[in-house]
Amino acid sequence: MKNIKLEINGKPVTVKEGTTILKAAQKVNVKVPVLCYHPDLPAWAACGICVVKIAGTAKMLRACSTPVEEGMKIVTHDPEIVQIRRTVIELILSTHPNDCLQCPRNQNCELQKLAADFGIRELPFEHRLRDLPVDTTTGSIVLNPEKCVLCGRCAKVCQQMQNVWALEFLGRGEKTRIAPAADVKLGESPCIKCGQCSAHCPVGAIYEKDETRDVLKALLNPDLHCVVQIAPAVRVAIGEAFGFEPGTLLTGKTYAALRQMGFKAIFDTNFGADLTIMEEAAEFVERFAKGHGELPLITSCCPAWVDYMEKFAPDMVPHFSSAKSPHEMVGVMAKTYYAEKMGLDPKNIYMVSIMPCTAKKYEVSRSKDMFASGHQDVDVSLTTRELSRMFKAAGIDFANLPDDETSDSILGSYSGAGTIFGATGGVMEAALRTAHHMLTHKQLDDVNFMAVRGLDGVKEAMLNIAGQEIRIAVAHWMCNIETVLDRVRAAKKANGEPAYHFIEVMACRGGCVGGGGQPYGADDEVRRKRAAGLYKDDRECAHRCSHENEEVQAIYTDFLGSPLSAKAHHYLHNQYTAKPLYRK
Amino acid sequence: MAFKHYVLVCGGEGCNTKRALAVHDALLKEVREQGVENEVQVLKTGSFGFCGECAAVQILPDQTLYVDVQAGDAAAIVTQHLKQGRPVARLLFDPQTTAKYFPKDVPAGHQKQLRIVLRNCGVIDPERIEDYLAREGYAALEKALFKMKPDDVIEELKKSGLRGRGGGGYPTWQKWLFTKKVASDQKYIICNADEGDPGAYMDRSTLEGDPHSILEAMAIAGYTVGASQGYIYIRAEYPLAINRLNMAIAQARELGLLGQGILGSGFDFDIELRLGAGAFVCGEETALITSIEGNRGMPSPRPPYPAVKGLWQKPTVINNVETWAAIPVILLKGGDWFGKIGTATSKGTKVFALTGKVNNCGLIEVPMGITLREIIYEIGGGILGGKAFKAVQTGGPSGGVITKDYLDMPIDYESLGQLGSIMGSGGMIVMDEDDCMVDVSKFYLEFTVDESCGKCAPCRIGGRTLYNLVDKISKGQGTLHDIEQIRDIGHAMRKASLCGLGQTAPNPAISTLKYFEAEYLAHINDKKCPAGKCRDLLTFFILPDKCIGCTLCARRCPVNCISGDRRAVHVIDAAKCIKCGECYQACKFGAVERT
Repeated sequence: MKNIKLEINGKPVTVKEGTTILKAAQKVNVKVPVLCYHPDLPAWAACGICVVKIAGTAKMLRACSTPVEEGMKIVTHDPEIVQIRRTVIELILSTHPNDCLQCPRNQNCELQKLAADFGIRELPFEHRLRDLPVDTTTGSIVLNPEKCVLCGRCAKVCQQMQNVWALEFLGRGEKTRIAPAADVKLGESPCIKCGQCSAHCPVGAIYEKDETRDVLKALLNPDLHCVVQIAPAVRVAIGEAFGFEPGTLLTGKTYAALRQMGFKAIFDTNFGADLTIMEEAAEFVERFAKGHGELPLITSCCPAWVDYMEKFAPDMVPHFSSAKSPHEMVGVMAKTYYAEKMGLDPKNIYMVSIMPCTAKKYEVSRSKDMFASGHQDVDVSLTTRELSRMFKAAGIDFANLPDDETSDSILGSYSGAGTIFGATGGVMEAALRTAHHMLTHKQLDDVNFMAVRGLDGVKEAMLNIAGQEIRIAVAHWMCNIETVLDRVRAAKKANGEPAYHFIEVMACRGGCVGGGGQPYGADDEVRRKRAAGLYKDDRECAHRCSHENEEVQAIYTDFLGSPLSAKAHHYLHNQYTAKPLYRK
Repeated sequence: MAFKHYVLVCGGEGCNTKRALAVHDALLKEVREQGVENEVQVLKTGSFGFCGECAAVQILPDQTLYVDVQAGDAAAIVTQHLKQGRPVARLLFDPQTTAKYFPKDVPAGHQKQLRIVLRNCGVIDPERIEDYLAREGYAALEKALFKMKPDDVIEELKKSGLRGRGGGGYPTWQKWLFTKKVASDQKYIICNADEGDPGAYMDRSTLEGDPHSILEAMAIAGYTVGASQGYIYIRAEYPLAINRLNMAIAQARELGLLGQGILGSGFDFDIELRLGAGAFVCGEETALITSIEGNRGMPSPRPPYPAVKGLWQKPTVINNVETWAAIPVILLKGGDWFGKIGTATSKGTKVFALTGKVNNCGLIEVPMGITLREIIYEIGGGILGGKAFKAVQTGGPSGGVITKDYLDMPIDYESLGQLGSIMGSGGMIVMDEDDCMVDVSKFYLEFTVDESCGKCAPCRIGGRTLYNLVDKISKGQGTLHDIEQIRDIGHAMRKASLCGLGQTAPNPAISTLKYFEAEYLAHINDKKCPAGKCRDLLTFFILPDKCIGCTLCARRCPVNCISGDRRAVHVIDAAKCIKCGECYQACKFGAVERT
């Protein structure tokens, strides 16, 4: 690609052809303010805040979407431009509730930051609100259209990144609003609860359903034995709320903080991940080596993906791994195995999951299988964002907590394979490590499967295990999955060899590290750093494979018998059914 | 088959179609009853442009023009004119009082109109391809295919100086050249027929009156840039135009003028219609394209321009109806010929829908460079009721007002722009002393607020805020600070809105404020509407010395707020008065006064 030379505020800069003015300006450390723009998405060019002047044209152009041209002379800031931006911000504020103190995005809001940067002290224009109802029908995500600034990020994420099309613009002009098509409620729409809308919203218009109060109430209840588990991706992201760099591994501090909160036992979802791998790898071996069940086997630990599949690709039901997701496995084991060991009445155990995910809130009651212990196996699922708020409210000095706090036996220890579940490709890699062992009964020389790591949307590889060729695919962010599924369908139709033997799917970009419940501000750089934190955790683990986890070995010896045993099936597996896209 | 006489009845959609149809049917019946059906053919055509004098009927070959014809006049026309050769004098259009007539019949010097785009409108039966062919129809396509290279076509357009008639004024040849230059397996041609300005019907009339000219021009563009598929994006509210286009496409396909191997050449081109759902913003080219693709009609940022990445990301030529209609003539008569008409920067003719307070409302086509005075006073026949001219709004809701100081300025893209207005698609509304500029600004803002797509903040929020400020002023509740805010918001909208709709939406407010600030100030400071239009600022009362007690005003008053005995002076109860003006209109003695 050819290089383009231009000038920004008098400074010469050379960038590749096709670069936007916004990115070229960043290169010379000029910051053009934006609101609707997000690096994950093609510029939608709605808000009008990033306008700049270009010599030779009377018009102002949007820096976010205008590609540079040879010899351009750009002015990004002058009194007129600043005044126009200020007027646009004031106009946006004139239709915004401006009730920052009660807003879920208080101190973390891109509009609030713009208003502060521009020193807005008064609202010159008449204030008009629209009095639109709040949509709480999903139980995972809350849509408050009154706060919406119509930047379009949520709709674009839902349509283009996730291919779900639950959110759309409705109405026109000043009556424009974000809602599911045909104006049904989100709970009746194809929404898969991935929460990417909430992770991309610049303001408090769409956010996770806050359940922290339920958890605090439970902690205050002397009859309840509150236990908690943290998902892999939480430990490399929670620190962002406390001034740490993305990707900083903070497992010990998080355990310590949870203990301070008053939880009776700290478990780790990574343990559940190891358990999931035992079941899923066994399932794979069953289908691959023994021919029981259809190939490819498709992973099912992502609840947003499960919801997507049940709605958009129900023909894939027979391909799905019936293994539950890791936190559900920890939940059911806490209320059976742990309860038994500790002599506790499972009805008094209150299981809290800390997840990078909004869909987990939906998963905890998605079917009767989630009540395998006789009670709801996981009582509440909180997002990383909710957890950070709880820590702050509890006055926890997170940064100065000890790093060496440990989790509690008997559902707390984990292998490196369990921790990489939080990154795209991680489940596949973990499963391959154990499947290899199950197929060959040998140790791997190198446990690292580099082909499945990284942020490419679809990663394919061919492996050789015990002289047998295994074709795998890893896909993340839902827009990439259809290509993979189409190949599966085409091969099925041709009655030939399956396109793949094993497929991993995660709904969010980068996997759970980029989950919809993670701290705000994720872009690919942040996702890479968080994933790097998990791979570091993996390298530092005593055991790298799930089957080496001694607590996992113990649970089979003491309680479950063997992977895929009747007991394991009862507690650790679940079923899927086709669902309509619209429930109205 | 030749007839002795052709009777053309003007018949567009919407105008007074029923009346025109009744006249058409009556003439047809009369011709049959009087047994002259072998000598006389009665045809429905597109608009003649005599919209204020419906129905208009033209007799060929002697080119007699009748206006204000009723169904009852059919017998007289057939008996007297067609059989006896004596025109019906009472129905004759009088070209002496107004110069509004077909150019060749107007004495030199008074030839204000020049019909290039509308050359066939009202002349041919738009439902018969033979009529179009008889007037050199598809000859330009034939010439392009067999005698010209694609570059020759572009060269001819370049010489002609033709610029986009949809409002933007971008040189047509450049658009075509950009598209031609981009290598692509597929390219598209689009006709933008999503005319939506209030009061504008230039494109509708062209499509209804001469649909084949559009098809021919699009095929020429297809040949020039290397496209094989065209789309006409037309408002669903134009059923007659849609019907005639569909008919025309079928006829052209049948004669091998569309489809595979056109006229035996190796060139394939076909056209389909896409109906718009009535959003004004879909006239903006990127919104139009995304609407064809099946998405919600919202503009997207340019670049990339459609010429490079348009419909389904393929290079696309998109031009407006009027631009297309001019192209076959340019190829036949040559770019130089077209380039001689008009001003230095704006060539050819422009079609305007002349409406408002002029004597002759209607569709006109005039050479660029004509003055407003010529249009309003000569073609338009002056201001209605001999009142004083105040301003003319060009460019519809995206334009601005032009005052009497500029009546003699030659009209072209640049001159209108300098005055804070635009050429736009060709709406032209004349206003007189009774029109309030605050009210005018409110009217257009209401339209653009309603039609904003809602995508970009400056237009979506700014438009409504602007409207509310102007509305406040019109009610006498405005402050000087509001004027400052109008200017601030207007400036931000112009600079930071995404598409032309938002960028031009504040124009009516900004330009009325520029030329008629005193009128705004009268509303703000004196709480008066000088034009007597803004209801909230009016007071009606009865002059005792003029009132004869006829009771008419009291009977007309919808809220019964006028009292007084017969032959006694009447009184208006100001507390109850809703300021509707009924009494003012009704009084025959000038006794009702309004301030």
